[in-house]
Amino acid sequence: MPDQQVTLSVFRYRPGQDAEPVFQEYQVPYHDDWVVLDALNWIKESVDGTLAYRWSCRMGVCGSCGMMVNGVPRLTCAAFLREYYPAPIRVEPLANFPVERDLIIDLDGFLEKLKSVKPWVIRDGVDSATNGEYLQTPGQLARFKQYSMCINCMLCYAACPVVGLETNFIGPAALALALRYNLDSRDQGNAQRQQLLGSDEGAMACTFVGECTTVCPKNVDPAGAVQQEKVLAVNDWYYNVLVPWGKR
Amino acid sequence: MTDVIQHDVVVLGGGGAGLRAAIAIAQLDPRLSVGIVSKVYPMRSHTVAAEGGAGAVIKANDSLDAHASDTIRGSDWLADQDAVEVFVREAPGQLIQLEHWGCPWSRDADGHVAVRPFGGMKIERTWFAADKTGFHLLHTLFQTSLKYEQIRRYDEWFATRLLIEDGRCQGLTAIELRTGQLRCIAAKAFILCTGGAGRIFPFTTNGAIKTGDGMALAFRAGVPLKDLEFVQYHPTGLPGTGILITEAARGEGGILVNRHGRRYLQDYNLGTPLDVTDPHHPQKNTMELGPRDRLSQAFIREREKGNTIEGRYGDVVHLDVRHLGEKKIDKKIPFVRELCKNYAGIDPVHELIPVRPVVHYMMGGIHTDVHGATCVPGLFAAGECACVSINGSNRLGSNSLAEILVFGARAGAAAAQLATSGPAPNLSSLLAQLADEQQRIARDFINKQGGTRRIADIRLEMNHTMENGAGIFRDESSLKQTCRTLTDLRDAFRDVRLDDRSLCFNTELTSAIELGCMLDVAQALACSALARTESRGSHQRTDFPNRDDKQFLKHSLAYRTEQGPPRIEYLDVVITRWPPGERVYGK
Repeated sequence: MPDQQVTLSVFRYRPGQDAEPVFQEYQVPYHDDWVVLDALNWIKESVDGTLAYRWSCRMGVCGSCGMMVNGVPRLTCAAFLREYYPAPIRVEPLANFPVERDLIIDLDGFLEKLKSVKPWVIRDGVDSATNGEYLQTPGQLARFKQYSMCINCMLCYAACPVVGLETNFIGPAALALALRYNLDSRDQGNAQRQQLLGSDEGAMACTFVGECTTVCPKNVDPAGAVQQEKVLAVNDWYYNVLVPWGKR
Repeated sequence: MTDVIQHDVVVLGGGGAGLRAAIAIAQLDPRLSVGIVSKVYPMRSHTVAAEGGAGAVIKANDSLDAHASDTIRGSDWLADQDAVEVFVREAPGQLIQLEHWGCPWSRDADGHVAVRPFGGMKIERTWFAADKTGFHLLHTLFQTSLKYEQIRRYDEWFATRLLIEDGRCQGLTAIELRTGQLRCIAAKAFILCTGGAGRIFPFTTNGAIKTGDGMALAFRAGVPLKDLEFVQYHPTGLPGTGILITEAARGEGGILVNRHGRRYLQDYNLGTPLDVTDPHHPQKNTMELGPRDRLSQAFIREREKGNTIEGRYGDVVHLDVRHLGEKKIDKKIPFVRELCKNYAGIDPVHELIPVRPVVHYMMGGIHTDVHGATCVPGLFAAGECACVSINGSNRLGSNSLAEILVFGARAGAAAAQLATSGPAPNLSSLLAQLADEQQRIARDFINKQGGTRRIADIRLEMNHTMENGAGIFRDESSLKQTCRTLTDLRDAFRDVRLDDRSLCFNTELTSAIELGCMLDVAQALACSALARTESRGSHQRTDFPNRDDKQFLKHSLAYRTEQGPPRIEYLDVVITRWPPGERVYGK
């Protein structure tokens, strides 16, 4: 073990065993190229097999290992110990989600929200791939590409103050995903998504704090997506209420 | 009485192959109910980490025969040619289908899908979504699957056993991780889509979940594991983490250099390099665009010559993409830059990337036919966990993403057909097996008395013996040592002890079960490698350096035995139109 160590203060909660959550401290060897996830793996493998958390790819693309690190939502596979050393590091489950156990949160609600925006290509009439590819220019691709980069890590939900207060708010990632399909030249489902997006649970609930975009590890810019949707929703209201006979 | 959950078809694994199979069933017969059982949420599946692209013929300068020929030559003639013909014929339709489902394929200026060259291709045919192709493919499939109400997901359910009754696969048991309860799921057909087993090796591009579970479950149910000795090392992984630097980096013009700055691949029969400023660089099928097995083997030879560079995590060579310039790097391989910056502290726009070969893909797997069917009625497999075989002894880069779609869909279709006509499961027998499995897990793990060995210690020993004895180059003595060590480790595994005896999300229990699976797969792999006394593709025996078509133009089949190592049998390779020849690159 190297001479240098770092203290991890880890949120622990086992339903049925622990009456309430506690923080448990672990002394972990310090390596300047270790990430917080390496430290958790070291704890689990070497000293305490009861610690529970999710992880897989350890390259920032599977979206499993998001946690609060010193109060900030991070992918723990990309949060280096050297960013915090020598100060102790506090590791907690993602905020704004129910905790299942230790660092594992319940994402049922998130998945329902994701599904609610109909995140699939909607076409008028029957779609058949036998007629070959749809053409899509690089420019058309660029319109939605950024919003297709979300890895569902949910850091933006942990950062969003509205998600914490309004449990029905669809939230940043799902709203960005809706825009991703609405902006895709192959999709014709805009009208089907618009009602939800323009509702109180949709874009209008956002108070534009912008934390979602700050914490996003993939530069999706959900805050920008939500603002675009607000404009669309207002246009919708305008057309429906003021010129209901107008052609859409 | 405990309830048995029932579906018409159950898919085990929610990655690319599993989701594609489920959607195929939902589309073919909307009356069928489909269950997807996965130990992780589908978008966490390892398909997500595939980077460079998916191979399929779409351009006018290409042909199905050219794709088949590159695939077969790459396989060192161990691929079944009837399967390869099916594969190349159906791959374009599958990729177009993904296009219709919204996959953001990169495009040419005229709006058509763009392609790029990969290693071992004479004609470029790799479709790509920048360098996050697997990520986009997986999320497109996952999001598309959400629209089918008849697909029911069991996310974070960990399968522990296939239930065979009357010679048919009729059920499986799985731990619902949230409650810790063992459940029984019955169906008329099951499709295993659990991916590879890279984690049996110490240094791999594979995520933590790639522990060969489906391979082990099938093996224990009596299905042979085919061609398991063929392990693909990707030539360019980041040292330490094993993070993959995609072949697309070389497809776009990146070069490999040794400590003297020499493009050393020219010394290994891979052709003559062109200067990076030459308009014809990179040349297809040549130098850095040679096949993965040859490039990984060249690294070891360079290390023996002292031409590699010492690094913190062992020796490396350098991948140089600087001449591509920032604009092209950001457009074509942005993930490479992101990964290098975030995980290695290197900006490839200005710096050399240290790389070394890293275990990437298992060519072998569950023995299936071209419909994904195994020898156990009601049991199918597709994707990396299966071996049809189209990959033979060395998979052509970018064939795996196309493979999961083609054979995922085919297995789905075959399972759907069986489910409409097959007999109903015998529920009372399944419940008896459920009770038996509950007792086994309690006895061996949760309620176990005694036990001294930590999971991580056994796993590390397994990792090291695999690397030392069954790595890029092997011989009889190294393989025998590995087989002996694995036997010892299987004994040690009986002495494993868990800290965690709780029910909710007991990830130590799942790690232990995964380790048991990995030990089974590792043993079958090492025994198959020991028995194959020739060198072919990724299987290089220093004591038998030549390919031996007379004896070994055959697939290995490893069968589980009650006691002792697996029994190895052989099955002839199917040759249709491409007689075995010499693998020539660089010309």
